[in-house]
Amino acid sequence: MSILTWTYIMVGITFSIYLGIAWVSRVKTTKGFYVAGGGVSPLANGMATAADWMSAASFISMAGLISFLGYTGSIYLLGWTGGYVLLALLLAPYLRKFGKYTVPDFVGDRYYSDVARFVALVCAIFVSFTYVAGQMRGVGIVFSRFLEVDVNTGVLIGMAIVFFYSSLGGMKGITYTQVAQYMVLIFAYLIPAIAISMQITGNPIPQLGFGGTIANGVDTGKYLLETLDGLNQDLGFSAYTQAFGPGSKTMLDVFCITLALMVGTAGLPHVIVRFYTVPNVRGARLSAGYALLFIAILYTTAPAVASFARYNMINTINDTAYSEAPNWVKNWEKTGLIAWMDKNNDGIIQYRTGDAFAGNPDFSGETGPLGQRMITNAPTDNGNEIYIDRDIMVLANPEIANLPAWVIALVAAGGLAAALSTASGLLLVISSSISHDLYYRLINRQATEKQRLTVGRVMIGISVFIAGYFGIHPPGFVAQVVAFAFGLAASSFFPIIVLGIFSKRTNKEGAICGMIAGICFTFFYIVNIKFMGGTAWFMGISAEGIGAVGMVINFVVTLLVSQFTPPPPADVQELVESIRFPRGAGAGIEH
Amino acid sequence: MKKDLSLYWKKNLKLMVILLSIWAVVSYGCGILFVEQLNTINIGGFPLGFWFAQQGAIYVFVALIFAYYHLMQKMDKEFDVHE
Repeated sequence: MSILTWTYIMVGITFSIYLGIAWVSRVKTTKGFYVAGGGVSPLANGMATAADWMSAASFISMAGLISFLGYTGSIYLLGWTGGYVLLALLLAPYLRKFGKYTVPDFVGDRYYSDVARFVALVCAIFVSFTYVAGQMRGVGIVFSRFLEVDVNTGVLIGMAIVFFYSSLGGMKGITYTQVAQYMVLIFAYLIPAIAISMQITGNPIPQLGFGGTIANGVDTGKYLLETLDGLNQDLGFSAYTQAFGPGSKTMLDVFCITLALMVGTAGLPHVIVRFYTVPNVRGARLSAGYALLFIAILYTTAPAVASFARYNMINTINDTAYSEAPNWVKNWEKTGLIAWMDKNNDGIIQYRTGDAFAGNPDFSGETGPLGQRMITNAPTDNGNEIYIDRDIMVLANPEIANLPAWVIALVAAGGLAAALSTASGLLLVISSSISHDLYYRLINRQATEKQRLTVGRVMIGISVFIAGYFGIHPPGFVAQVVAFAFGLAASSFFPIIVLGIFSKRTNKEGAICGMIAGICFTFFYIVNIKFMGGTAWFMGISAEGIGAVGMVINFVVTLLVSQFTPPPPADVQELVESIRFPRGAGAGIEH
Repeated sequence: MKKDLSLYWKKNLKLMVILLSIWAVVSYGCGILFVEQLNTINIGGFPLGFWFAQQGAIYVFVALIFAYYHLMQKMDKEFDVHE
C-alpha cells in the first residue's frame, strides 16, 4: 500500500477513536464541562496533561530546532519540563484544594476583587489565543503534507473535529481524547527514533544511543557527539556540544530564557486547569508526576533524535552530488522544505554556515540542469547552498531511516494528535473563562446551569472559528507571539498565585499593581524588540527571556505595595489557611 | 491542634526548599552556570554539562515530583490532615 493510503487509514482510525470517546463522555453539568466533574484518575490526568502540553511545536519542530542549535537547544528541553516541578510543589495541590474552575476564579476570590479577576481573565484569553492559532496552522500543514489536501481544507477539517468533541464533552471529553492522543503521538515519536538509533549506534534506546559510538560507516567506533562536534566545526559551525561562545547566546540570556519558559509553563492557564480535574490533593500531586514522566519520555528522546538527524543530514547531504542525493531529499524538495541553489555550478551540494539565500525559497517553476527546482531568491555571498526547513528533522525521519510506509503515516497521525490535543485544551480555557468568569461571575450571577452550559458551548464554537481564521490567514507574527504567551504567563499569573498561597499578607492592591507592572514591562519590552526593531536594552536579554525579569518585577511590586496597604480581610486569610491542608477538598464525581 | 498545623506547614516549606534547591542546582547549576567546567568531564560519549542540560536534569525533575508526592503522603498521615 502507498504512503497516502496508509495515512488515510491511520488518520481515519485515530479520528474515529477521538469522536467515539467524545460521544461516550458527553456531559450535562457545568462542573463536568469545566473540570470533568473533578473525577479524573491521576494517571489519566497525567497523560492528558502531557498531550495537552505537547503541541505541534514539541512534536514537529523541537528536535529540528535542537539539531541546529546544539547545546543552546537545551533552553526548550529544560524550560518546558522544569516548570512541572514548580507546578507540583508550589501550585497544583493548593489550587486543587481551593477547587474552583479556572485561574481567574482563584485570582478573583483570593484577591477579593473583580478588577483582579478581570485582569487575569484578559491575560488567560490572550495567552490562549496566541497559542491556539499556531496549533490550527499545524493541523493544516500536516494535512497538506501527508494527505495532499489544501492547507485550508485541512484547517477546516481540524476545526470541525475539535468543535465536535470539545463542545459535546467539555473538559471530560477533552480529557479522555487527550489520553488517546498521547498514546498516538508517543508511539509515532518513539518508533522512528528507536529505528534510527539502532541504525546509527546499534543501541535501541535513543537516550543512551546518542552518548554511544557510531556502529557503521567511516566513523565506526567514534563517539557520535564527538564526531558531530568535529563535523560542525569543519563546516564553520560552533561545536555541537559547546555551550557559549561566538554566535551563541550568552549565559545570562540562556539562564533567563530557561527561567521564563519554566515559570511561563507553570503559569499557563490550560496547564493549571488540568489539576482541577482530579478528585483530591493527593491526585493533584501525583498527576503532576505522571504528567512530567510522560512528557519526559518525548523530551529526553528529542535531543537524541536531534543529534541523529544532524549526523545523518551532514553525512548524506554535504559534499554529495545532487544527482546522487538520497530520495528523501528530492521528495522534500517537492514540498518546498528543502531547496538547493548551485551557487558554484559544480553539481555538488555544499552545506555551510549561514543562509543559502535571503528569505524562504521562492520557486520559479522551472527545473535546473540536474532536475533541481530553481529558486529566484537573491543568493547570499557565503558558501552554503542548501535551505533546510527545521521541521524536516522529525517529519522526514522515517524516510531517512528507510522505514515502512505505515510508520510515515503514523508520524502524520502523531503530528495531528499533538496539534489537536493542545488546541482543544486551549479552546476550553477560552470558553470557560468567558462563560464562567465573564458571563456568570461578572455579568449574570443568576444564570442557570443550563444557560451557562449553552454559553460555554457557543463560546467554543466562536473560539474555534477565530482560531481557524488565524490558521487559514496566519498573521505574519505567529512565531513572534510565542514569546508573548510565555512571557505574559510568567510575568502575570505565576507570582500572584504563588504569593496568594504562601503569603497571607499579600492583598488585592499588591496583586493588581504587581500584575500590571509585570505585564506592562514584559509587553512593551517584547513589542519594542519584535515589532519596532528595538534593541534588547536590558542587559542584552532577548524577548524570549524577558518574562523572567517581568516575573521578578511582579514579585517585588506585589510585596512592596502589600506592605503599605491594609491586610486582606479575615475570611480571605482563612481561605489561604484552609488551602494549605489537604483534607476536605471537594469530592469528585465518579466516571 | 493549631500548633500541630503550623508545624506541618513549616515542615512542608522546609521540604519544598530542599527539593527546589536540587531543582535549581541540576538545571541552572549543572546545565547552565557550570556547564563549561562540567563539559571537561566525559561520561561515555557525553560531556557531563551537556548531558545534564539535555538529559540528566529532566530525569531529576521527574524524581523530585515523585519524591515530594511520597514524602507529603507520609507527612499528611503523620499530622492527620490526609484525605
